[in-house]
Amino acid sequence: MLIRDQNAELVERIRKYSVADEVEVIVYNTRNALTRFANNVIHQNLAEENVAVSVRTVFAGRTARATTNKIDDEGLKRVVEASERLARVQHADPDLLPMSDAGEGSRSARMIPGRHFARTAALTPELRAEMVGRIVAVAEKHRLTAAGIVSNSETAEGIFNSRGLSTWHTQTAAEISITMLGTDSSGWQKASSPDVDTLDAAALAETAARKAVEAARPREIPAGKYTVILEPAAVLDLVGFMFYDFGGLAILDRRSFLNDRVGTQLFGKNINIWDDVAHPLQSGSPFDGEGIGRQKLHLVDNGVVRRLVYARGTAARMQRSEVKDKVGPIEPTGHGFPLPNEVGEAPMNIVFGATNNPKTVDEMVASTERGILATRLWYIREVDPYEKIVTGMTRDGTFYVEGGTIRHGLRNFRFNESLIHLLSNVEAMGTPVRASGEESFDMVVPAMQVGDFNFTEVTKF
Amino acid sequence: MYDIASWALNIGALLGASYADVRIGDDRQRALSTKNGKLGSASDTESLGIGVRVIADGAWGFAASEDLNRAAVEATAAQAVQIAKASARLKQHDVYLAPEKPSTAEWTTPIVIDPFAVSVEQNLALLIEIDAELRSVRGVTLAETNMNFRREQQWFASSEGSKIHQTKYTSGVGYAAYAFAGSEIQKRSYPTSFGGQWQNKGYELVDELKLIENARRVGEEAVALLKADQCPEGVFDVILDGSQLALQIHESVGHPIELDRVLGMEANFAGTSFLTLDKLRSLRYGSELVNIVADAREEHGPGLGTFAFDEEGVAAQNTLIITNGLFTGYLSSRETAPMIQAARSGGTLRAEAWNRLPIIRMTNVSILPGKQPLTHEQLIAGTDSGVYLETNRSWSIDDKRYNFQFGTEIGWEIKRGKRTRMLKNPSYSGITTEFWNSMNAICSREEWVLWGIPHCGKGQPQQVMGTGHGAAPARFRGVKVGLAYRGNA
Repeated sequence: MLIRDQNAELVERIRKYSVADEVEVIVYNTRNALTRFANNVIHQNLAEENVAVSVRTVFAGRTARATTNKIDDEGLKRVVEASERLARVQHADPDLLPMSDAGEGSRSARMIPGRHFARTAALTPELRAEMVGRIVAVAEKHRLTAAGIVSNSETAEGIFNSRGLSTWHTQTAAEISITMLGTDSSGWQKASSPDVDTLDAAALAETAARKAVEAARPREIPAGKYTVILEPAAVLDLVGFMFYDFGGLAILDRRSFLNDRVGTQLFGKNINIWDDVAHPLQSGSPFDGEGIGRQKLHLVDNGVVRRLVYARGTAARMQRSEVKDKVGPIEPTGHGFPLPNEVGEAPMNIVFGATNNPKTVDEMVASTERGILATRLWYIREVDPYEKIVTGMTRDGTFYVEGGTIRHGLRNFRFNESLIHLLSNVEAMGTPVRASGEESFDMVVPAMQVGDFNFTEVTKF
Repeated sequence: MYDIASWALNIGALLGASYADVRIGDDRQRALSTKNGKLGSASDTESLGIGVRVIADGAWGFAASEDLNRAAVEATAAQAVQIAKASARLKQHDVYLAPEKPSTAEWTTPIVIDPFAVSVEQNLALLIEIDAELRSVRGVTLAETNMNFRREQQWFASSEGSKIHQTKYTSGVGYAAYAFAGSEIQKRSYPTSFGGQWQNKGYELVDELKLIENARRVGEEAVALLKADQCPEGVFDVILDGSQLALQIHESVGHPIELDRVLGMEANFAGTSFLTLDKLRSLRYGSELVNIVADAREEHGPGLGTFAFDEEGVAAQNTLIITNGLFTGYLSSRETAPMIQAARSGGTLRAEAWNRLPIIRMTNVSILPGKQPLTHEQLIAGTDSGVYLETNRSWSIDDKRYNFQFGTEIGWEIKRGKRTRMLKNPSYSGITTEFWNSMNAICSREEWVLWGIPHCGKGQPQQVMGTGHGAAPARFRGVKVGLAYRGNA
């Protein structure tokens, strides 16, 4: 891993090698380790260290990017040449702005909580094996089979450019994911945090095991519309499919489900969504792909989509567009991806607003006359891009609720549900928590009780 | 590079590894795209590094680093051994590898035109020309094009004496037109979705695909879909075009036959499989017309799963997966082959790059074309009533690979052997073995194409892999259609 001073020296060498009008360097150092287990044994176990140096050059409105992990003099010269060669042959982009400068970077910068924890960075294979041992002990106690991962990582990233911008962020991350398998049932839990000491492997294992035991001998009920209680990871994996549509470029491209809907009552009045990188339960770097600080935004206000996110260039384009009066405030918000790119920008630090009257999952169950409790959803894909219908499966802990009590495990369902309908029919919510899924990035989301959720088919297990 | 590999192998042996292998990878990629006449992305990427895999104390360890200096390579190998010994704290038996004769070999993807020798100006000129043709159609609101090339060099060396150098080339190109009008967004792609057609071929792939010739039609169809009838819901005979059948194969055959998945090794993420070991050579997977192979050999074609050796030095092979409808084979590795009493690995261990642990992946999992002559037109003409579905738009399957649902970009109703009205938002669903047992026709060789799926995800940490799937249009009897929009219309 390169430390900040070493990165600064590397950037200086790149600037000397470049003849471009402007040059930007993104440096990304990473060290990852992951212990994987299945059938109650460790079957894969790995560690990786890598660096990526990504150079963008600009010649009179023409830009391109080249990336390498070869950081000797020859490697850096090659990556500069590759970027410049590619940039020179592009068509000039009249919408390409000059790179952000140090002032822009510092004016937009936000303070975030520290996200680097030495113990997380220093987690050894032996310590990870001990954590897996605790998980497997729980599995064996319940006569189950455990599968999953214990992982840790350390990253250091920075963006520097020829206009004086200089940003730096270091972070650690730890993750535990556990599937407990019985003969005909399974349960699951997952948690992530910058600080491994906040993760309790044995507690997660016990919850996953309990679900597997309680879901044994699953029964089949017909597909149809049911009240569903979605645990936070299930909510995350569903709503994650809409946030790439919250970018200004998605609107300009007319590919967003928010086309002609910004400012309208699209969701229920109990839905509030922010993007806030500084939230204590969030993680990630405080600046975007151009080094601009990620601003806190109230994206959805009592069910009305009020704000979109913008990279610098997209904001400028939107201000000149024919829809500029229909999209709410337009300004760079620090959500852009590194240039050049096709997507523009997206909010990546989602925080759902708390309700005045949060309910626990147990309270939601108790208030459900007839419904389904879903631990986790899987293989979610978009069916309709404008109604935002998504399909997917339940998995690893699906239960029938009747008369306020969990009755038995269920065979898993396929659903086809519109996210607009989903967020318009939330009958109750829990306290937002940090959740981790498989289909989308980590978010702060609540459990939700949703009416008339559309289960369309049942599978064979 | 073999000297560098030997530093790692020597340290492995010194520290007590009973087996070690080393992959040094040198990877170059170029990605270009346009959007509505402007640059979308333009990038050139290089990556070089070493991955060391060892068995020590009967368990696996893996470590990877971008640093090829001697001290760093030796430290990486030592780290792999340390990790293996930690793994050994939680094992039930020692890892055993099916025997494989060591090999010394050099192999390069057969190509005609080196894609990196073609100028970027030429690449961009073609993409801009396609873009202009798409946007010349009134009603197209977004046009996207992309072109991607990769050259992956790998040096493999093992403690058993193998030394294998392979250079693989991949090319991918495609485009899409979107039409938004008030209350819906429709899309058409060519040659297929997922960024187009991808093969292990040189730039000659781009010339073969008739990209400009099809652009106007694609734009017109995107716009026409806005006014088309909604695909009805019901039970129909369904004809799938070859590209959609390729994805059907990928999801409902390719993944469930991965032996590591069957043995529970992917349970936490990608899931398990309904193909438990007792089903080998006893399950009727499909009708008598269904013959599916996993063939990584050059003679199968320039698929994304074509190579000379897999990433533990096992030669490319052809495995019969489904033979006249009977389930006959898995995708296996040196570690998993003994679990089905196979004397040898099936040669399917692959990794995304040097920094990832190789795991079982699909190679080219293809359905063999029909033996009787049958063109696409004849297949339609021989269908009294049904729907014809083309180009994937959505895909989803459960974690044991039973229940699936697919959506396509476009469909047409078939009435008395003729394509009639265009249909929008088509979808179909089913249970894997019921679906394959309903196949009652498949076109012959002249309609067979080796499609590429470039971004299959599996493993923890997740790895992306290209897989090849040869397919010809085929017909399936009595399929559920349209459930995706039930309750959402």
